[in-house]
Amino acid sequence: MEAYNKKVLALFKHPKNMGKIENPDGLGKVGNAICGDILWVYIKVGKNKKGQEIIKDIKVSTTGCIAAITSSSMVTQLAKGKTLEQAEKITKEDVNNALGKLPEIKFHCSILAQDALKKAIQDYRSKKNK
Amino acid sequence: MLMKTIYLDNGATTKVDPKVLEKMSVYYTEKYGNASSLHHKGQEAKMGLEEARESIAKSINAKPSEIIFTSGGSESNNLAIKGVAFSKNNRVHLITSEIEHHSVERTFEELKRQGYETSFIKVDKEGFVDLVQLENEIKENTVLVSIIHGNNEIGTIQDIETIGKICKKKKVLFHIDAVQSFTKVPIDVKKINVDLISLNAHKIHGPKGVGALYVRDGVKLKKLNDGGDQEYRLRAGTENVPGIIGFAEAVKLANNSSNIKHMTKLRNKLIDGLLALEDVRLNGPSIDESKKLFGKDDRRLCNNINISFKYVEGESIGGYMDAKGICSSTGSACSSKSLKPSHVLTAIGLTPEEAHGSIRLSLGKFNTEEEIDLVLEVLPAIIKKLRKISPLIK
Repeated sequence: MEAYNKKVLALFKHPKNMGKIENPDGLGKVGNAICGDILWVYIKVGKNKKGQEIIKDIKVSTTGCIAAITSSSMVTQLAKGKTLEQAEKITKEDVNNALGKLPEIKFHCSILAQDALKKAIQDYRSKKNK
Repeated sequence: MLMKTIYLDNGATTKVDPKVLEKMSVYYTEKYGNASSLHHKGQEAKMGLEEARESIAKSINAKPSEIIFTSGGSESNNLAIKGVAFSKNNRVHLITSEIEHHSVERTFEELKRQGYETSFIKVDKEGFVDLVQLENEIKENTVLVSIIHGNNEIGTIQDIETIGKICKKKKVLFHIDAVQSFTKVPIDVKKINVDLISLNAHKIHGPKGVGALYVRDGVKLKKLNDGGDQEYRLRAGTENVPGIIGFAEAVKLANNSSNIKHMTKLRNKLIDGLLALEDVRLNGPSIDESKKLFGKDDRRLCNNINISFKYVEGESIGGYMDAKGICSSTGSACSSKSLKPSHVLTAIGLTPEEAHGSIRLSLGKFNTEEEIDLVLEVLPAIIKKLRKISPLIK
């Protein structure tokens, strides 16, 4: 298999924002039964000075391979502090580029991470609209 | 930063023993002749080649003329299975198990594409071949049974004596892939009924790129490589004499029961230590029996450990171990294009989750007890760290 780059391995050693948030405003759960990766993204929503809703805090819990853990970390790093609209626009390519490219065969892991983030935002909105 | 390596991936390959390298180097720089040449340089290489053949043959109680040198285990497996199949027409039937190495599994898939009839025998939860199903599958047109002797992933040592008897009774050829078991489990071709045996050098502290196929006298194979008349006309190509010399030396050095005792002791310590953790399972045969037997007639390879940890994924365990200098391997998903977990772990009944959380640690003669102690310190901490970030744990 193609090996991971140094940036990925460095982040893997110290992934950011790993863990849970008690009583999150939004929770996004994704899992890929075939490859075995499971990923939950927790968000707390706040407001910036312009009054726009932003991701004030974000955490992620992951059971998965090196690519899944580093994509999880990277998606939270990219999303933290962003408005919900901006965060929603984060693509798998953004995650993958920020990681300096995953091995091709691991590309699907970065899809899971941004999926979980989108689901967390959707979860927040659906709760708010209730 | 200098980090000490703890190499626990001896099932993948091993460090070449310096004594092996020493023997080999003469055949690169001094006795470099082509063993087919009639001049004195050729003949001194030829002499080394034939001595090596004799010594490897002796280690399994075979005749030198029954040893065909190849490039390694994969080629030996291909030559054994396709060699038998191609010597017949494609209406014949061949049998193997569900837990074979890719070089057997995919050879069978290829034969199937070519119209041959194939069967895959099931295994029990420890990885032992279902002998009843095996016997029932053998039919009029069956020509070969091919079974892995010591499993590369889970260490199961098959009862080749019984399988050999079944094959003899049913008059079919019997091939074993002994790449992992060679020199770890005794093989005596006069005592067991086996017609073809795949062997290899780099799993036993010999060089890469060298292996052999034992072909019992009278067994007809169709060669796969056309060219010169080397290797009793079964495998064309200039012999890798230095590699073969190294192979023979590695076999000589491995033929030492204290190596097996040493590895068995370390294996048992590592398994016991890891099984003491929560939510773990040993994949492959239990070692309780081996403790009673004091290493004799073990049902598990003396150097194999395969453990599943719940709520974590094998590759990340391997990643954190590597960061600590420890080399391991995983049969877990994401490393293959299919993303499916190992077919061996699935065959012994593991759920995808259990299979994804597995790692294999495989020992060699150079591993020490201190290394095992360190692994027993480091690995539980890694599992704890990974479980802490798992959504599956409260």
